[in-house]
Parts: sequence; structure tokens; C-alpha cells
Amino acid sequence: MTYKWLKAFRVSIAFVSLLLISLAFLDFTGLFPDKLMKGVLWLQFIPSLLTFASAFSLAGLGFIAVMLITAVFGRFYCSSVCPLGILQDVVLRFARLFKKIKFRYHKPVKYLRHVLLGLTILSGLMGGMLFVSFLDPYSIFGRIFSDLFRPVAKALNNLLVPLFQAYDNYSIYYVDYYLLNFSVYFVAFAFLAVIIILTVKHGRLYCNTVCPVGTLLGYISRFSFFRIRIDTNNCTLCKKCEQVCKAECISLKNQTVDFSRCISCYNCLTVCKFDAIDFSVQKRLANNLTNKVAPTDAGRRQALKTIVGGLVLAPLASLGKEKELYYTATVPVNRTQYVTPPGSGSVPDLLTKCTACHLCVSACPTNVIQPSSSEFGWEHFMQVRMDYFAGYCTFECTRCTEICPTGALLPLKQDDKKLTQLGKVQFIEDNCIVKTESTDCGSCAEHCPTKAVLMVPYENDLRIPEVDDKICIGCGACEHACPTRPFRAIYVEGNEVHVMAEKPKEKQVEAPDHEDDFPF
Amino acid sequence: MNRKEFLKKSFGAGLFLGTALTFGRYGELMANTAGNNSIPYDLVAVRNGEPAEMYERAIKAMGGISKYVKPGQRVLVKPNIGWNVTPELAANTNPLLVKAVIKSCLEAGASSVHVFDHTCDDWVKCYKTSEIERAVKEAGGKIVSGDSEKYYNQVEVPQGKKLKSAKVHELVLESDVFINIPVLKNHGSAKLTMAMKNLMGIVWDRSFWHRNDLHQCIADFSTWRRPDLNIIDAYRVMMKNGPRGRSEKDVATMKFLVMSDDMVAADAAATKIFGMQPQNVPYINFAHDMQIGNMNLDDQNIGRIKM
Repeated sequence: MTYKWLKAFRVSIAFVSLLLISLAFLDFTGLFPDKLMKGVLWLQFIPSLLTFASAFSLAGLGFIAVMLITAVFGRFYCSSVCPLGILQDVVLRFARLFKKIKFRYHKPVKYLRHVLLGLTILSGLMGGMLFVSFLDPYSIFGRIFSDLFRPVAKALNNLLVPLFQAYDNYSIYYVDYYLLNFSVYFVAFAFLAVIIILTVKHGRLYCNTVCPVGTLLGYISRFSFFRIRIDTNNCTLCKKCEQVCKAECISLKNQTVDFSRCISCYNCLTVCKFDAIDFSVQKRLANNLTNKVAPTDAGRRQALKTIVGGLVLAPLASLGKEKELYYTATVPVNRTQYVTPPGSGSVPDLLTKCTACHLCVSACPTNVIQPSSSEFGWEHFMQVRMDYFAGYCTFECTRCTEICPTGALLPLKQDDKKLTQLGKVQFIEDNCIVKTESTDCGSCAEHCPTKAVLMVPYENDLRIPEVDDKICIGCGACEHACPTRPFRAIYVEGNEVHVMAEKPKEKQVEAPDHEDDFPF
Repeated sequence: MNRKEFLKKSFGAGLFLGTALTFGRYGELMANTAGNNSIPYDLVAVRNGEPAEMYERAIKAMGGISKYVKPGQRVLVKPNIGWNVTPELAANTNPLLVKAVIKSCLEAGASSVHVFDHTCDDWVKCYKTSEIERAVKEAGGKIVSGDSEKYYNQVEVPQGKKLKSAKVHELVLESDVFINIPVLKNHGSAKLTMAMKNLMGIVWDRSFWHRNDLHQCIADFSTWRRPDLNIIDAYRVMMKNGPRGRSEKDVATMKFLVMSDDMVAADAAATKIFGMQPQNVPYINFAHDMQIGNMNLDDQNIGRIKM
């Protein structure tokens, strides 16, 4: 059979995709190249669509390529590009080591996939990202790898460190964990569990029932040019193809293939001994290829306040919170606006484009980018924010802006980034060590890259912070370093819209004159 | 039990005294050895040279590196690598100096030279941008992470007034020789940072120090383990906006270097080079009073070298 090689082709493409995308999310060393990350993710459907909707650039054309491929060959995307799809195949491969798994034809689950796709599009149009971020397969995969598997990778690394060190080799090193909000783990774990169970029982049922991308591409593949068909003359009804069909879309009883659900794994082609499965050109050309999703609208995002999400998730968020031990500060921090990462431009921009894939959470070298719980409202659960308890934004670093695949963070040049004001510094003198303990501290000013926080004379030859929010860029170094608990004495109040900070005025210093001698 | 555990346990179990004798300062204090007589100077200051050359001149005047590093010993070199900035901003120790020190240790027969710092900015970036990682590798040393709590072990600071214990990087416990190479610069919290303040980079929980009288904690920790040699880099000096600095405008090129076994004396000399008086830096006074070293430069035999 001429098309037997297709499965090997599919497997090799899938292997490379999964390997690269997994490494992008697992990498805790910062060594995975930013450019490669963006290249690998160019074809991811929803990120690409969102980039296109916001920037209309080449970077956002991946989803059009995917639709064209689907129109010609079917849902090759689902079997070889989508990391969540490939992950299911890996799960299946593992499960088959322990158990013989045979599939059989099932009718599609009625309505559900259409309803979920409809809701996703509808909420997306209104600027709400909750459905998109919960259901986008790439983002689900990202969260599983970034939130669940990355700590495991770190643990394995940490197990190896002593072995290397025994030979005085320090090329691998210990890495610490940073605990995320418990509800984020819960969601990632729940999706992983559901996907494993569904895969083992019914193959790609998830892709054909829940996944909005699968459903959307199904509308196209229904009419695609090439497709799997049963050659009724050769078929012996041995059912081998039906048993290996992960989509459970081959019905030998009716001698049909539901190509809207076929995920192009080509297992049937390989397994048929009678040349009864064919992959051939469809005579009737598809004419309805333009399933278009309109761009999102920031203004109307508020329309989708999903109270349900809040009710379910709020109790979970309170679990696993940091417990502080040291208390001298008495004035609570009343932050009215949480901070969004550099490159997001504004809070609404981020919240209407971020699919919560957590690639930036993985890529950020300082942990400062964290999944949010209710900071932006429950409808923005898991979208990212700057968490200055976790870390602070390195002055010279632009990595998150380089790698974001959805256009929620757009590239910033280093010089621009150094002036982009994410928020403004606020000082609470009554919490400050210098005032409460009457000793020098200055942690905040030490860390400030622009000297928006500066130590100035105070009582008893002490110095106390003075802040200048015009040159502050809101990096959070001061807030992160501030040692007071349970409240910080200095914090960043977010800018809803990022602005450019003023450049600090500078004067060349002079060295003390020791008259070419020694001062002692 | 692996080598590391063995070292840790033996350290805790009482080899402390024996090891301490080889550490130089403890040895001098306890044994009053004749070795002291071979030290020609208490402190050497050099000016007007390039970093590596000033080091060569100073170490020669101090009696040569082989006085500090014996063949087969494990050496720890601790520069300041706290910030993700280039050498021109002078927030970190000059990489050329770091390279020269490592080279001379290896020439003296050191079995290994390790380098680390518990950085403030992202450590990977700090090591790279400071050019210290490259300098260490070129010189044949080993650059080590200080970025995980797992590297740090609890130690007691019996003489501490405010700071009674700290978590210290295991390399400090494992090394035979400890060479401290800070950079002299302005510091928003501590006024100036030099030798004693640089030791804050071998501990894990620094926020405790900030909450509990920073100056006293700096002096307290200096009682725990005095470096065998302190080399203060004052080639480029950040005169304001320290310790991170903002731009090259904060930096004056002064071309000084200070070397001493005594951290307090070294810090006092560097303070004067900066243009301030040691009495105005609280932790120097505290350390002097706690007899960690001598801040009165007039009592000391000082070598002055102009290049």
C-alpha cells in the first residue's frame, strides 16, 4: 500500500514537536533558545489566532497554515502538532504496555463539542478568556508541563546534583521550587487525570468532544481534499482498523469514516492487510473553508463575569498560601491594581490575549511571573501577573516578551523595557524597619535599578527610603527585597496602562583627590 | 556516606579546631606561631596599576601566595557578583582581578579553586554579565551556584550579639583556604561595602540581617570565619547609587587595591580611599570593638606601592 509510510511520517513529526515543546516548558536553566521557542509554537492554533487578531503579522499566520493543511489533508494538526494530542498518544502507548486496548466505533457525543466551541468563540469575542484558557489544548498542555512536570524535572535534577558534586563537578546545580497557588495545580492535575482516563478508555474522545480546536478543524476536515475511505470491495470486515482507530470514527457496520473526527493518525492505513483503507482525493471540493473567528474586544471583557468559576475556585485558592513568621509591620498593603508583565501594554490587553499557557512562567528566570487566582477577578483565573513576593523583574531582561506565543506580551527592546513603567512605587513609612526598629535597612534602595527608591537622611544618623515614582518602572525589586512582614513597607501599585517612565537625571561622579598618594 | 557528608560531619564533630589551625587567623591567635614574623606587612595598598598587576605586586609584598595556599588545598575565592551589570558599572568585583587571583592559587598548587556568590539579581545573568564566569573558566577555576537553599548549612555564630546563627554555603565549610575579594563601593544600606559586607554573600537568609540591625549583624558574622586573605578591588569605584549603581556616571576610575589578612584593617583603608572616615561606618567600629581586627591604621605596618 502506497500510504503505509504516512504513519511513520506522522510519528516522527509528532516526536519532534512534542520533544521541543516539552523542553520549552520544562527548561529551568534558561538555555532553551527564545527564537526556537517561538518557531516551535508558530503553528499552535489558538496562540497564533490571537497573535493574528492583535498584530496582523507574519507571526500570527500559523493558524491559517493549519486550516489550509486541514482542508487538504485532514486534521494532521491534531496528530502531529498539537502537544496535548501527542501527549495522549504517548499515554496510550504506555497504557498498552500493561493492557491490551481495543477501540470500537462510537457515535459522536451529541451537541457538546459544538456548544463548547460556540461558548469559546462567543466569550472570546466578548474579550473573556476563561473558556479559551481552560480549553485551548496547547495551554492545557503548557500548564501540565509548566506547573506539574517542571517541578518533577527539577526534583530529578536535584537528585543528580550530589552525584556530580562527588566528582567535584558543578555543571548541574540545585534549583529551588516555588509553590504556585494550589488551585492552579488542581486545575492542571484535573485536566491531566481526565485526559489520561479518556485516552485509555476511548482514545481521542477529548479531542472530539471537548477541544474547541478539534471541533473547529473537524468542520474543515469534513470537506478535506484527501481523506480516509473504506474500499468496500477489498474490506473483509476484520475490524482491525476499527480497533486501532483512536478517534473511534471508523464504522465498519456502515462502512463509513467520520472524517470530521479523524485525527489523521493513519493507524488504520498501517494495520489493514487487505488494501481496504485508502487515503485518496475527494472528488467534491470543499467550499466552506472560511471558519473565521473575529478578533477579541478588550472593552467588553467585563461582560463575562463568570460567577460560577469564582464559586468553584475561590475555596481552593485559600489552600497552600504562604505563612509568614515575622511580624513588625502593621499597615496593610491596599493594592488596587495588580501588575501585568512587561510587553503586555496594559492590563486589559493582557487579560484579553493571555491563554494561561504558562510558558512565560516557565521562561522567567526569577519566578516573578505567576499564575493569578482572583487578583484580576475569577474570570481571569490562571492568567499571569507579576508576583513580587515570588521574585522581581530583572532590569535588563526581556525574555517573556520574546517568547509569548499569543501576543499577550509583545517584544520590547531592552532600552524600551528599561523605561516601561508597569506600576508605581508606594512607600508605607509606618511599616519601615528604619522607623519601627530604628536601625539601618535599605534593602529596597539596594535593589532599585533606577534609584526611584533612594536612602535619605533620617533621625539619629539613619537613612530612610524616599521614592520618586516618575523614574520608577515598577519592577518590584524593592517590594521583593523589603524584609517587613506580614505587610511590606514598599510595594508597587500597578498601572492599568503601562507608560514610559522618565529617564533619571545623571551627573558624572568624581573620585576623591588623594594627590597621587595614599590617604593613610 | 559520600565525601561531602563526611566533610560536613567531621566539621561538626570537632575537627573544627584542627582545621581552624590551618585557617591562618585562628592559628595565629591560638598558637602565636613564628609564622607571624614572616609577614612583612599588616596591610598592603597599591595604586595606579591594572587590576592583575596590582594584585601581583601586593601579594608579593604580603609574602607570596604560597604563604596562604599550600599544594593540594581546596581554595574558595569569593568575589562580589551580586548584580547583573557589566564590569564598567563596578557593581561586581573586577573579572581581571578574579582571574589573576585564581591563576596564582593554582600556580601555588591548589587542588581546586571554587568561586560563587549568593547574588541579588538572577544568578545566571550575574555570572555572565559580570564576566566573572568567563574569567573563572579561563583561569581554570570552577564556578558554582549559590542560588539554592540546599547548598547552605546552618552554623552557629557564638560571638554574635544579634546574629546567633546563619545558613552558610557548603563550599565555605569544605574549603581549606578562603580568599575574599570584594569590590569597594557605595552602599545604600551599609554606607560602604567592602570585605566584611561581602561575607553576606556566603549566607542564605539576608533579610534577617536587614530586620535586626544590619551593621551589628555584619560585625557579628565576621566573628564566625575570618577569610585567610582579603583583597579589595578599588580599580573602578561606584561613588553613589550603590550597591547596584545606575550607570557609568556613578563610577570613578581610581586604580587602587588593598590587601590584608585583617578584614577590619582592610575595610578601614578602603574607607579612606573612598574619601570617608572608618569611624563613620558603624560596622567597622563594632568589628573593631569585638576585636575582629584593627581599624587604627596608624598602629599598623602598611606597605604602600605606587605603580
